[in-house]
Amino acid sequence: MSTTAVPVTLFESLEDHMEPLGEELDRIRAEIVAARGAEDARYIRTVIAVQRGLETGGRAALAVSLFPPAWLVGTAMLTIAKILENMELGHNILHGQWDWMGDPAIHSTTWEWDFLTPADAWKHTHNHLHHTYTNVVGLDRDLGYTILRMSPDQPWHPVHLLQPLYTALLAPVFEWGIAVYDLEADALPSGRKSVRAFLGDLAGLARKAVRQAAKDYVLFPLLAGPSALPCLAGNVTANGLRNIWAHTVIFCGHFPGDVQTFSYEEEQLDGETRSQWYLRQIQGSANIEGGSLLHILTGNLSHQIEHHVFPDLPSNRYAELAPRVREICARHEITYASGPLWRQYASMWGRVLRHAVPDGSRKP
Amino acid sequence: MSPLVSPLAPDDYLGLIDPLLSARHPAGRVVTVRPECAGAATLEIRPGRGWAGHRAGQYLPVGVEIDGVRHWRTYSITSPPEAPGRALTITVKEEPGGRVSPHLVHRIRPGAVLRLGPAQGEFTLPEDPLPPRMLMVTAGSGITPVAGMLRALAGRRFPGPAPDVVLLHCAPGPDEFLFRAELAGLAARLPWLSVHARYTRTAGRLVPEHMGVLCPDWYDRETWACGPDGLLDALERHWAAAGAGERLRVERFRPAPVLSPGVGTTGGRVRFEHSGVEVEASAAVPLLETGEAAGVAMPYGCRRGICFGCLVPLVHGRVRDLRTGELHGEPGELIQTCVNAAAGPLALAL
Repeated sequence: MSTTAVPVTLFESLEDHMEPLGEELDRIRAEIVAARGAEDARYIRTVIAVQRGLETGGRAALAVSLFPPAWLVGTAMLTIAKILENMELGHNILHGQWDWMGDPAIHSTTWEWDFLTPADAWKHTHNHLHHTYTNVVGLDRDLGYTILRMSPDQPWHPVHLLQPLYTALLAPVFEWGIAVYDLEADALPSGRKSVRAFLGDLAGLARKAVRQAAKDYVLFPLLAGPSALPCLAGNVTANGLRNIWAHTVIFCGHFPGDVQTFSYEEEQLDGETRSQWYLRQIQGSANIEGGSLLHILTGNLSHQIEHHVFPDLPSNRYAELAPRVREICARHEITYASGPLWRQYASMWGRVLRHAVPDGSRKP
Repeated sequence: MSPLVSPLAPDDYLGLIDPLLSARHPAGRVVTVRPECAGAATLEIRPGRGWAGHRAGQYLPVGVEIDGVRHWRTYSITSPPEAPGRALTITVKEEPGGRVSPHLVHRIRPGAVLRLGPAQGEFTLPEDPLPPRMLMVTAGSGITPVAGMLRALAGRRFPGPAPDVVLLHCAPGPDEFLFRAELAGLAARLPWLSVHARYTRTAGRLVPEHMGVLCPDWYDRETWACGPDGLLDALERHWAAAGAGERLRVERFRPAPVLSPGVGTTGGRVRFEHSGVEVEASAAVPLLETGEAAGVAMPYGCRRGICFGCLVPLVHGRVRDLRTGELHGEPGELIQTCVNAAAGPLALAL
C-alpha cells in the first residue's frame, strides 16, 4: 500500500485513452441488461422478505427485552434488518436498479427508506452529483463530505487537524451527517441553492426525521411496556451499528490510499468521452474482498468499482461482473483498487490522518 | 399502525404474507384456467382485499409478470358483477406473436398471482331502469364485454317485463364463436333473449346495410357494439345517417383516444425540480412526453395509463387526465405522467 501522497490525475492524461475501454464496458452492460429476468426479480423479493421478517422478529424480541437473551437476539436481528434495508434495498432501489421490473412497489420513484434523509434529497446529492462528478475535487461533494480533506488538491485549514476525531465521531451518527449534508447549506452563499429551496428541504427532512426517530425512540419503546428502556437501548444500538457499518463501507469504497482524485474544471468534463468517464469511475472507487455474506451486507457496495461503472445494473449482478471488469483493467493497465476489509479500512484511516496535516504539495 | 412501520405501510408486510392482502397493490390469484375455443382461455381470478368491484361490461387492467418484468394489458370482464368473495373471469384470446396473451392462454397455471388495476370503462349497462329493447352487435373477441352484460342480465329477476335483447355476433365459423353453447342455452331458456350468429367464412362480413333484415327495428334499440375498428366505424356512420347516433355505444380495444384540448385548457410551464429543467407543456401532450422531449430521465412503463410505472410525485400545480378530462393533483400525489398533461404551471419531483 502506497503511503505517498494520493495521485491526482489531470484531465490531459486521459485524452489519449483507448476508446475500446468504453466499448468493452458498454457491451458488458448491454449483456446484463438483456439477461435480467425472473431470477433477479426473485432475488430482490427474497431480500425484501428476509429484511421485513428480520425486522418484525427483532421488534418482537425487543418488546420482551427485559430478558437479556431477547435483547441480544432482537438487537442483532434489527441491526441486520436495518443494514439490508439501507444498503441492498434502499441504496440500490433508489438507484433505479430494479425499475426494469415495472413493479411500482420496488421502484426508484416510489421507494422510501428507513433513513433520516428523504429519498428525493438523497437521490439528488448521491445519484446525480456524486455519481456524475465522482472524485472530482470541488465538484463531488462526497469527496470529504465538505468537512474532510481527502486529497492534496483540497486546501488545508487548521480545522482539518481535528478530522480524525470527527471522522470517528461521524460514524455512529452517520445518517444524521448524511441528512444535514443533503441539505447543501454550503451551496447557499454562492446562490447555487436558493434559501427557499433550502427551507423546503429542511422541512422535508424534519418531517421524515421526526417520523423515523419517533418510531425507534418513542413508539416501540412505549409499546414494550416494562421492557421500554432495554427496547430503546436496542433500537439506539441497531441504528448506531447500521450507521457505523454504512460509514465503513462507504469510506472503504472511496477513500483507500490508491483511489485517485481528479482536478478537472467543470468545462473540461463537458468533453469527457464514455471511456474517460468509465476510467474515472474505476480509478475513483475501491472494492472490498470477501465472501457472499459480506457482499450482501454491504449491499454489494463491496463491488464499489462495478457499482460506479454500472450504477443502475441490479446489485446481485456485480459479483459476476467483477472478474470481467478486473480483467479489462489488467489488460488496459488500469489500477483496480481491491483488498480485504481490514486493509481498505486501515488504508482509509491512513488517508484521513495524512491529509489532516498540510503537505505542501498543493499546487497554487 | 402506520407510524410503527414508517416509511412503509402495514400493507407492505401483509402483502408479503399473501399478495391478496395488499390493498395498496391490488392483486388476484388465478383459480382455474379453462380453454374456450382454439387459442382462447377463460381465467377465473379470485381478487384480493384491494379489489373494488366492477360493472358489467367494464375491462380490467391485469399486470402479468413474465421473466421478472410486469406487463399490463386490459381484458373485458366476462363474469357478472360478483357477489362478495366470488371470483371474476376474463377471457383471453391469443394474439399470434404477442407476449402476454399467449402466456395467459397457454402457460399460466392456477395459483399464479396477477396484479389488478381498478375496473375501467363506460361501456356498461345503464342503471335501472333498463331500456325496453337492446341490441348487441359484436365480432370476434368483441363478444367478451357483452358476454359479461348478458350473464349479468341472465342472473337478474325482473319485477316487470324483461327487456328484449338481441345479440348479433360475427365469427369466422361456429368453432370460433366464444361462449356459443352457453349463449345458445341462455337464448333457449330466456324468452327475452335471441342470439344470431353470422359466420363470415361462409356468409361474408357483416355490413350495416344488413341490419334491416337481421334486426328490423335496430334504429330504435339501445345498441352496444364491440369489434374491429372497420366494423365499428361503419356502424357509427350508419347509425348517424339514420339519426340514431346517440343510441349507439361502441367499445374499441385500444388505448383511449387522447382528448384534444378543450376550452380553458392551456397547459403551462412545467418544472422538473431535481433535474433543473423547465419547459412549456401543451395541455394535450402527456407529461411523460414533455419530460422526455426536454431530456429528463422519465420513469415509464406501459405508456397507456395502466401500469403505474411512470409515477412521479407532484410538487405543486394541477394536471388533467387525458383519458377523462378530469382535473386533479394535490401536492405529493403520484402522477401517472403517461396519461396526464399540465393544467397550468406545475412542478414534478424529478
